[in-house]
Amino acid sequence: MTARTCQSVSHKHTLNQFRRNPQRRYESLSRTELEGYQGQILHHLQGAGAKVGSIIRVTSKDGEVFEGALFPRSEYADQNHICLKMKNGYNIGIHLERAEKIEVIGEGEKPHFTKPKVTTIHEVLPKVSLVSIGGTIASRVDYRTGAVQPALTAEDLTSVVPELGSIAEIDAHILYSELSENLTTAHWQKIAEETARLIRGGADGVIIAHGTDTMHYTSAALSFALQDLPVPVLIVGAQRSSDRPSSDAASNLTGGVAIAARADIASVGVAMHSDMSDRFIVAHRGTRVRKCHTSRRDAFRSINSPFLARYDLQTNQIESFDAVSRRDKNRQLSLKPHFDHHANLVRFYPSFDPALIDSVVANGARGIVLEGTGLGHVSRQCYEPINRAVKQDVPIFMTSQTIWGRVDMNVYSTGRDLVDIGVVPLEDMLSETALVKLMWALSQTKSRDKIRETMLHPVAGEVTERTLAEAS
Amino acid sequence: MFEFHKGKSITYEADPETACLVELDEEPPRQLNSEAVDIALTITLLLKARPLDEIHVMRKVVIDGSNTTGFQRTAVIGLDGALRADGRDVPVEQVTLEEDSGRKTGETKTSAVYRLDRLGVPLIEISTGPVIGTPEEAGKTALAIGRILRATRKVKRGLGSIRQDLNISIKQGALVEIKGVQDLDLVSRVVELEVQRQLNLVSIRDELRFRQVKPLDIKEDFVDVTGIFASSESKIIQSAIKRGGKAYAVRLTGFANLLKRELAPGIRLGTELAKRAIFWGRVGGIFHSDELPAYGIETGTVEAVKERLGSDARDAFVVIADEEQAVLDGLRAVVERAREAVEKVPEETRAANPDGTTHYMRPRPGAARMYPETDVPPVAISKDRIARIAGSLPRMPAEVAGELQVQHRLSPKLASQIVDSEYLSLFEKIVGASREVSTSYVATVLTESLKSLQRENVPVENLREEHFVQVFDLVAKGSTAKESVVEVLRWLAAHPASTAADALDDLGLRMLSEQDLAVIVNRVVSSNKSLLANDRAKALGKMMNLVMGEVRGRADPTLVSELLRVRIERVLA
Repeated sequence: MTARTCQSVSHKHTLNQFRRNPQRRYESLSRTELEGYQGQILHHLQGAGAKVGSIIRVTSKDGEVFEGALFPRSEYADQNHICLKMKNGYNIGIHLERAEKIEVIGEGEKPHFTKPKVTTIHEVLPKVSLVSIGGTIASRVDYRTGAVQPALTAEDLTSVVPELGSIAEIDAHILYSELSENLTTAHWQKIAEETARLIRGGADGVIIAHGTDTMHYTSAALSFALQDLPVPVLIVGAQRSSDRPSSDAASNLTGGVAIAARADIASVGVAMHSDMSDRFIVAHRGTRVRKCHTSRRDAFRSINSPFLARYDLQTNQIESFDAVSRRDKNRQLSLKPHFDHHANLVRFYPSFDPALIDSVVANGARGIVLEGTGLGHVSRQCYEPINRAVKQDVPIFMTSQTIWGRVDMNVYSTGRDLVDIGVVPLEDMLSETALVKLMWALSQTKSRDKIRETMLHPVAGEVTERTLAEAS
Repeated sequence: MFEFHKGKSITYEADPETACLVELDEEPPRQLNSEAVDIALTITLLLKARPLDEIHVMRKVVIDGSNTTGFQRTAVIGLDGALRADGRDVPVEQVTLEEDSGRKTGETKTSAVYRLDRLGVPLIEISTGPVIGTPEEAGKTALAIGRILRATRKVKRGLGSIRQDLNISIKQGALVEIKGVQDLDLVSRVVELEVQRQLNLVSIRDELRFRQVKPLDIKEDFVDVTGIFASSESKIIQSAIKRGGKAYAVRLTGFANLLKRELAPGIRLGTELAKRAIFWGRVGGIFHSDELPAYGIETGTVEAVKERLGSDARDAFVVIADEEQAVLDGLRAVVERAREAVEKVPEETRAANPDGTTHYMRPRPGAARMYPETDVPPVAISKDRIARIAGSLPRMPAEVAGELQVQHRLSPKLASQIVDSEYLSLFEKIVGASREVSTSYVATVLTESLKSLQRENVPVENLREEHFVQVFDLVAKGSTAKESVVEVLRWLAAHPASTAADALDDLGLRMLSEQDLAVIVNRVVSSNKSLLANDRAKALGKMMNLVMGEVRGRADPTLVSELLRVRIERVLA
């Protein structure tokens, strides 16, 4: 779980590589001892017998001396500078041209991590299973190099966020180490199956540590795949990576685990900050949540819906708002983990080329969610290709790009025309949720009518009849 | 870090006009400000330091909450320079470019408030080598650094725009960093008091060793004494108990009479223990046996605590009353500090008080707290950039002072005073705007007069640039006499939202028109006609005094004398 924002602005630094794929990076570190250095510099450093971490002295032609531990070089950075970490902790870069002589004057320490002491609590705590999908949530930092290592075991996790140990008994599982934009329907299936296994094994709640970018797609997918849940499933992410003291990883995880362990709900949710302060962690309904900001801690918002639960970091109090689905460990979970990715989300815009609809169909689409304007409109030039698609048994559904609100295709003639051709309005369903649900529906039946029926039938709170004022 | 702040909430005040998501730590930082890098490079070159080829921004972990991110961004720009201070070379270890932290605007035991208006402002740190010997040398070095900074003309005027952090260590003592010495005149005093504090700590340590106290003799045995204090009259303890809190005591073995030992004026060993307890335990303060009985705690209570702790005349004790967890955290900090007293002078980061003494701020962060800022890519510094900056270095203070002497006919003393002051740019602006006002007079006002106003505790920091421009403009226009300038500034310091013209009106210092002046002159002459019967010259002198008594600061004496002469002639004619 990484602060995506960090990556998007700084593709240039070595250490981001750590976050991008912590495991892979560790392998590569052991493969090369002069990580990131290439060309001439690599040659000079090898000549001097230097390794990353060695204490190096660089002497310039004018007799200037620079000393420090050799620091790894980013593969994106230029190949003209040697990076040293000086004794006082600062990093500096010396241009190769300035370096007349490079010598190794000592060996550095290996990065190490001392685990804080974990106090064992003897009372009986709820059991919460944690499934990690990737990223650096609750990862640990080596302050000498800035290296970020994932916390892979339950012990690692509770040592980094000691609060967890007093909230629940946690067992952690690593399922993937994948950035969220690389996840596919196949991942969703595996996550759903693993979650079901853990719940059937007796977990009082499940936490899924996940990159934030596509968290709301996964939460929708799990909402459909895991039905009749006996306990809550919370997806947790972080908008600030855990290598900074102000990271929201620990507080989101604390809130997520507390809600998973104790809240009287049994739905799939996304647990993140409710606002910019470190006070409340809220669980949003999995089918009703959307990432609405690139970087803020409170990027996730419940759309057209109140949230499921709220945890107060100061008082440890939980409020549960989900009246529909209460915790009940005797309820039998039903698992429907399949998704057919031959569904498309097509966004309409002024001057939209209607041929796009034809090409999506030609590309093998079995169903299309059109994200129209306002109450659910596309231009009249689209009528023909939509008509063709419907005739080929490719159902077309309508959601709105306004994000908030409900489509209503009876108000304007465009809406009525589209319904006449066969477009199915999806009420107040979010576009992303509609796409995920369509993928799920397609995996269950080939019948167009059945698909249409499934899409309109509420499964996990994704469609409601009334739009509440305070929730919209 | 997270754990440490568990019990402490931090509130940030952000002005929506000036704080954006970066200051709120809700968005990644932008790239390094290139103007700030240029200025830092300029200072690097002025200090004859070596600019680095590639700048790496680091995160320095700061745990007090003054940065929303939990760290301060900082980067080395140059290494190994030197500056001349008081006739000798002082090595400059490094020049760094940093982000300023938030400003603390409030604090309670459990919370701190920081305002973000200062957060992220570029800050240049110049670290000198550990070679400054005496407090006076420290002061002179600070002055020399200030001159170089001012030479860039990029330094803001006012207290706090140049802050001195002092690293002080003495033989047998420890390296102590003192932050936030805002006033240059205070540098040598702070150094002197810190040396005194460390010497006293060393002597306390020796005394403890003489008493054969070992660090582990001071045990974390915290005894609940809430019952003993239930009947005491101490308001602090009573209110803590009423809120559901507890009172605990700890024995400090062998510490009798040492807690009251003064380390620096008003700072005792007990104060040091208290500051640690306040910081780590978030408690309001401590009571220690050297100051008791007092504060409503009577001899009987003291004796009862001693008995409960099993201590005798050789021991001291500390009591804290507050919420239970806070008390235990506080007492743990007290024990740690007491153990340190047996061993050494602890390495600390301390903050300067206005009187030159200091107080505990936080433990000293080491190199271990520094790691790369991965959101800001390293910046390569090209040779062309260095050449461009080297080709346009600002002139150094001595050179500027020489020019002021020639161009504005200032005395060498005034010229160098103006260069050392914060007002060089303002001086040039005022004398550039008008040729009517004497340059020496402007320089004198900006240096000596302001200093004496400051000595009279006039809040001169309230004066803004436009105040000075306005008042000299009024003098140039003849709206007031130059003798009024200091009075106008004194008034403006108390009424900073007003203008110099308002001051003239309020103080009645506006120049009289020739017509108004003539009316006064005529009146004085007519009502003193009898004087003219005798010595006419004497009469003129007397009348001159009478008129000036009425119009001082509002009329040019030459004009008064001329009007009197004409009037007297007419009367006699």
